[in-house]
Amino acid sequence: MYQASAKPDPFNSIAITRPQWLPICRRSDLVSNSGVCALWGDTSSEKAGNTFRSEKKKGIALFFLPGQDRQLYAVDNWDPIAQAGVISRGIIAELEGELTIASPLYKHHFRLEDGVCMEDANIQLATYPLAFNGNTVYIGCNK
Amino acid sequence: MKVKKEKQKLVVIGNGMVGHHFLEQLVEKNKSIVFEVTVFCAEARPAYDRVHLSDYFSGCSAEDLAMGHIEQYHEWGFELELNNPVIAIDREKQTVTAQNGSLYTYDQLVLATGSYPFVPPIPGHQHERCFVYRTLEDLDAIRTAASTAQSGVVVGGGLLGLEAANALKALGLEAHVVEFAPGLMATQLDEGGSDLLRKKIEALGVKVHTSKATELIAEVDGRLRMQFKGGDELLTDMIVFSAGIRPQDALAKASGLQVGERGGIVIDNCCRTSDPKIFAIGECALYEGRIFGLVAPGYSMARTAVAQLTGAEIFFNGADMSTKLKLLGVQVGSIGDAHGRSEGATAITFVDEQGGVYKRMITDAKGQKLLGAVLVGDTGDYDTLLQYHLNDIELPEHPEQLILPSVDGAGSPLGASALPASATVCSCYNVSKGQIIDVVHGGCQTLAEVKDVTKASTGCGGCAALLKNIVDTELAALGMEVNNHLCAHFTYSRQELFHIIQVGEIKTFDDLLDKHGSGQGCEVCKPTAASIFASLWNEHILEQAHVGLQDTNDTFMANMQKNGSYSVVPRIPGGEITPEKLIVIGDVAKRYDLYTKITGGQRIDLFGARLEQLPEIWRELVDAGFETGHAYGKSLRTVKSCVGSTWCRFGVQDSVSMALRVENRYKGLRSPHKIKMAVSGCTRECAEAQSKDVGVIATEKGWNLFVAGNGGMRPRHADLFATDLDDETLIRYIDRFLMFYVRTADKLQRTSVWLESLDGGLDYLREVIIDDKLGICAELEAQMSRVVDSYQCEWKSAINDPEKLKRFRQFVNSGESDDKIVFVKERGQPRPATTEEILKAAESA
Repeated sequence: MYQASAKPDPFNSIAITRPQWLPICRRSDLVSNSGVCALWGDTSSEKAGNTFRSEKKKGIALFFLPGQDRQLYAVDNWDPIAQAGVISRGIIAELEGELTIASPLYKHHFRLEDGVCMEDANIQLATYPLAFNGNTVYIGCNK
Repeated sequence: MKVKKEKQKLVVIGNGMVGHHFLEQLVEKNKSIVFEVTVFCAEARPAYDRVHLSDYFSGCSAEDLAMGHIEQYHEWGFELELNNPVIAIDREKQTVTAQNGSLYTYDQLVLATGSYPFVPPIPGHQHERCFVYRTLEDLDAIRTAASTAQSGVVVGGGLLGLEAANALKALGLEAHVVEFAPGLMATQLDEGGSDLLRKKIEALGVKVHTSKATELIAEVDGRLRMQFKGGDELLTDMIVFSAGIRPQDALAKASGLQVGERGGIVIDNCCRTSDPKIFAIGECALYEGRIFGLVAPGYSMARTAVAQLTGAEIFFNGADMSTKLKLLGVQVGSIGDAHGRSEGATAITFVDEQGGVYKRMITDAKGQKLLGAVLVGDTGDYDTLLQYHLNDIELPEHPEQLILPSVDGAGSPLGASALPASATVCSCYNVSKGQIIDVVHGGCQTLAEVKDVTKASTGCGGCAALLKNIVDTELAALGMEVNNHLCAHFTYSRQELFHIIQVGEIKTFDDLLDKHGSGQGCEVCKPTAASIFASLWNEHILEQAHVGLQDTNDTFMANMQKNGSYSVVPRIPGGEITPEKLIVIGDVAKRYDLYTKITGGQRIDLFGARLEQLPEIWRELVDAGFETGHAYGKSLRTVKSCVGSTWCRFGVQDSVSMALRVENRYKGLRSPHKIKMAVSGCTRECAEAQSKDVGVIATEKGWNLFVAGNGGMRPRHADLFATDLDDETLIRYIDRFLMFYVRTADKLQRTSVWLESLDGGLDYLREVIIDDKLGICAELEAQMSRVVDSYQCEWKSAINDPEKLKRFRQFVNSGESDDKIVFVKERGQPRPATTEEILKAAESA
């Protein structure tokens, strides 16, 4: 569970599949009912020849839905259909009862929960757990 | 106890489109399958769409074209023998022998063997660079040969031949068409139509040679030389034969079935051959001396044969061979007796040489019935004419109106109500108007449901408009409302929502959803609500409550381009700009390395700005006195102008001043769709005002106001609304017109479509806006004043608000820019790199 309950305690969750939780941005960087993009990976050092199409660095779209049962979602920012990093700039849309993000270029819907494209189930964005810890937003990733 | 019925053995030879349709129909019409079915197919794959064969050259895969799937046949319990043609039929023993040696017995046999391409017996036709155009394998071979060829010749100027020529052209070859007859598509077109088609095709770069009989094909220095009767010759690298089809009847002939003199398995109106246990359907069958080389009659035969096997009463009575298609991008239509060969036939012809349109109607002697028609260059009237022809509907008093271009949009297509119930609406699935009405009365209330139940319009789709017309008319007749709900979250139209928001003074989406909607909203209702809020209350679009409602263009106040970068368009009212400002734009473009282009609306578009650059770019522009151009919004875009009486020797009014006044007045108005305007200084109309939502043209006495014009995909000339207005009246009328449109139009409805859907049309609009019939003009003006008075440049407000600027970070946790946005230079300016270029750059990095 990644929702911000009174005391989020993602650090003591299940041992075996426990993701490594790392800070990604501040709470105030998020925008209510919309998305922002954060850079994920090695952001401190510029490795030679690694600035382009680096596997280590990628944009992740973060969505904040205050007041909902689950209020934080994170999916890859890269839209594989439009071939551009624009997912964070779409509109959050409910489609057939599912919360989705409508990509701004060609309007495909990706389910926030698991990243599956509603128009083509063969296409899926990677998703990540996200949680508040005080004023910091943490992202979980499996090492 | 129920006795298990012995299954009949059914053998189907041939698995093309018709054979496949037969099996589909068999399954559908005969739910309890009492047949043990074996299907033989000479090709390596099950049925595929041969009608769209050429799409294979434009990116369609074999899988995309597939119609029958092996899994599907398994599911049906049918045995499918691929790559295994039948080589003999023994009618006495009721067996067939397949190529692999196996023997199968049958109770009923269906021949769906189709046809083969006719190759004229010209010496040299067997050369390895000579091809036919029939199967996917043929196309593969043509593609391979084309990769090393410069030019290609298609022998045959019929329908398929021209398609093959298009394919050669698409493969990058110089394409030639050689036709024996004096004209192209001689079967379907008369001389006039054929001539125009030829001109159009030649204009596209295909070389056409008619009245040419090829006598010899010989290889000369690695090329092919075609020698024509009379001495001409043509050098080429490859040849595709497309000179017609011949029924594939060898098997039938060898087994003693009756065949026609010039081929074709003779069938009766039950599709039975001379042996009552054997059916023949599709292009191999000969009915009343005719072969039907189209898919629709083949389908019709398939349905007939299924009916015979399942005890239904359907008969094949020939078929209409009318066709409508696009050949090399040229629209061509042929209906019934295109050549006017019927006794007493007379014709009406319309020719527009400049526009490249030829239309000819063939009627009976009295001009009451339509016998046939030829349309080249514009097939817009095809559906209407076809219905007149197929249903023997009496022609109107002035039948020429059916093909003459409509002067004021009065050209009335044949409405659904004019058709008899027996009229075939969808010929692919043989659905009549009566059947459609039945399902609507039976409870189907949407077009989608009707399509689902009847399958109408799910084939070629040519009847879509007519189908919708019939469904809408029928629903209206039943007193049902056509659903105009905005989306799943609001059971209201945009107009209703506008009133709800206005009367309830609703200012936020949450509030609106709470009180009048359900669920959480979507990409349809959110921007619509945001647009209505803006039209009514005109708050900044980046206010916290509205941020999540905007499309990306509105959110970032710039137009997103395909690689995720944005374009920037400063407002240049009326297209008037000082040299200082031009230099600022040039400076900014240079500093940020932006692609620069003058737009169609007299502005300058700067492309390739990264998200995080937008605020800095706009700070420079705003400092220099520019304002946002709202190029991103559904709002006023441009007011185009000519130079008017100030400079022009013909101008009668100052069009520039008026354009500036109008643009500055309505900039920032949010509307259901984008709005464009123009002001011309005289009737020469250099600003093209009649193609705009609001067009103003100067007269010696004042201004003429035109409304509801449109460029774009569906162009419409604006209607003259009022004449010789003074400045103040002109502005007042535009105020009222725009606000009435903003309040009553549907979401994303342009003024042109809005006016066309307005009950009472232009006259009603005049009564509302000029005569104030509804007594709302004062309110419309007041509302416009509020919008005008509350105008703010969205960019100016944004760059002075740190909270709003936070949105313009590429990454909220890093100052880096998106390394996946890559530009390359073309003609000295940047453009988005293609995927190949990006990959190449990545490899060399």
